[in-house]
Amino acid sequence: MNKHSTYSITAESLTKRFGDFTAVDNISFTVGKGEIFGFLGANGAGKTTAMRMLCGLSSPSSGKATVGGFDVYTQTEKIKQHIGYMSQKFSLYEDLTIKENMRFYGGIYGMSIPAIRSKTEEILKTLELVKEQDRLVRTLPLGWKQKLSFSVAMFHSPQIVFLDEPTGGVDPLTRREFWEMIYQAAYEGTTVFVTTHYMDEAEYCNRVSIMVDGRIAAMDTPASLKRSLHADNMEGVFLQLARDAKRAAD
Amino acid sequence: MYSIEAEHIVKTYPTEDKGIKTALKDVSFTVDQGELFGIIGPDGAGKTTLFRILTTLLLPDKGSARVTGLDVISDYRSIREQVGYMPGRFSLYQDLSVEENLRFFATIFNTSIDENYGLIRDIYVQIEPFRKRKAGKLSGGMKQKLALCCALIHRPTVLFLDEPTTGVDAVSRKEFWEMLSRLKKEGISILVSTPYMDEAALCDRVALIQDGRILGIDQPKGFVEKHLEKIWEVRSAEMYRLLKDLRRFEKTKSVHPFGDFLHLTLTDDQENEVVAFLNTAGHRDILIRPAIPSIEDIFMGLMKTPEAKA
Repeated sequence: MNKHSTYSITAESLTKRFGDFTAVDNISFTVGKGEIFGFLGANGAGKTTAMRMLCGLSSPSSGKATVGGFDVYTQTEKIKQHIGYMSQKFSLYEDLTIKENMRFYGGIYGMSIPAIRSKTEEILKTLELVKEQDRLVRTLPLGWKQKLSFSVAMFHSPQIVFLDEPTGGVDPLTRREFWEMIYQAAYEGTTVFVTTHYMDEAEYCNRVSIMVDGRIAAMDTPASLKRSLHADNMEGVFLQLARDAKRAAD
Repeated sequence: MYSIEAEHIVKTYPTEDKGIKTALKDVSFTVDQGELFGIIGPDGAGKTTLFRILTTLLLPDKGSARVTGLDVISDYRSIREQVGYMPGRFSLYQDLSVEENLRFFATIFNTSIDENYGLIRDIYVQIEPFRKRKAGKLSGGMKQKLALCCALIHRPTVLFLDEPTTGVDAVSRKEFWEMLSRLKKEGISILVSTPYMDEAALCDRVALIQDGRILGIDQPKGFVEKHLEKIWEVRSAEMYRLLKDLRRFEKTKSVHPFGDFLHLTLTDDQENEVVAFLNTAGHRDILIRPAIPSIEDIFMGLMKTPEAKA
């Protein structure tokens, strides 16, 4: 990790092509340390492809990017050690218990047994799951699962955490508790890179980028985006940008 | 006659640890002809179980239900001819083309695409350029439109849409709801479920559901009007610190993030005391004013009632 850099993520003309289809088209941005960065876009805009490149899971076609100071072409293993990842679709092993999942992820990240033990205790206490630690994850209510997934993604104290639609389908109260966990993580210095379809959640981000057809159509603080597009809320911003681009694509 | 009538429906499932999970607890509601009725609640609330019972695919343990006046158990065959059902999971044939899927569903219902083309035209023209494409190769938004066409091709009198907008972006969601209001004008009754609470405003009436129990049924406006507790929206230059500070304010009942504001309820409604407290805490650019409750505020309020917790 380059200690002098103030950026957790940098991308410069980052591009990914599949045959003659350009999924991610020349995107450039930076994410500061401890920032909550909302990565929005319509379905098929290229968010997942961009995220996979940043997580070291897919090699770019051209352009540059660093995550935690590591290069996305040559240092993908280093990147994986320094990031956390959670998606709504997959995070925890359903047929392992709460405790076993934490033991498993701690092991994957090469943590020592005492470190795993103390971190496990800390999380069980914070989430009030001490009594439930031996329950299979499959049997947990969705809201608990999502909060637990986030804690497991943060288990090895990563510098950056990637959250791919973390709150889909959860009740409004849990969704807010979840965002408080995000705030807390950012407050403690973790950089948060998050995608969501809930436009009110876009308001909770320090900055937001909106991807349309592989490009970044807009990137700024929610307040500035609303001001410059004369929109009352982020939904208005999103609809304007995504609609315009669709017309251009037809 | 109601389009849909559910009376005291109970459904339980055995769990792995030999217990019993109650998916639906005494669920009752009615849907009028031509009504757009929303079932709104988070994952695991029982929405899909309810849909499967009403579409005659699952038997209730207790209670009864009728669709267009027909009993879901004894008249299941007649019901199946009259309803359209779009399940939550994409259920078309992935290896058939767009056109083949549509023709297949038309044939099953002894009709043809031409016969009811008028009903689906507005939606179908949007996917027609891809009619030779395999359904499995369509984007999420297009799959959703094709599934809706297939559910409509036999001109059903009641349409069941189980989470049609889940995982779909804000633009496609908006377009989808516009399609539903056009279908409503054709006189089709629609039961639609969603975890997105903001979509409640687009329904004639909604039932809020959590843990298998209906928390309330009303028009979206009705919920707002009947919500008596005053809600304040508060903002300052540092939102996370504002949240933490308001948590420890002695007159705070609840405080939650809501878009670019926090929603606050108080034990007594003296907003100057809040401002004084926040000033002392060093907050800048403080703004506090009454908020119009959203469906999420109402849902969270109802979740906390002792009945909902039971």
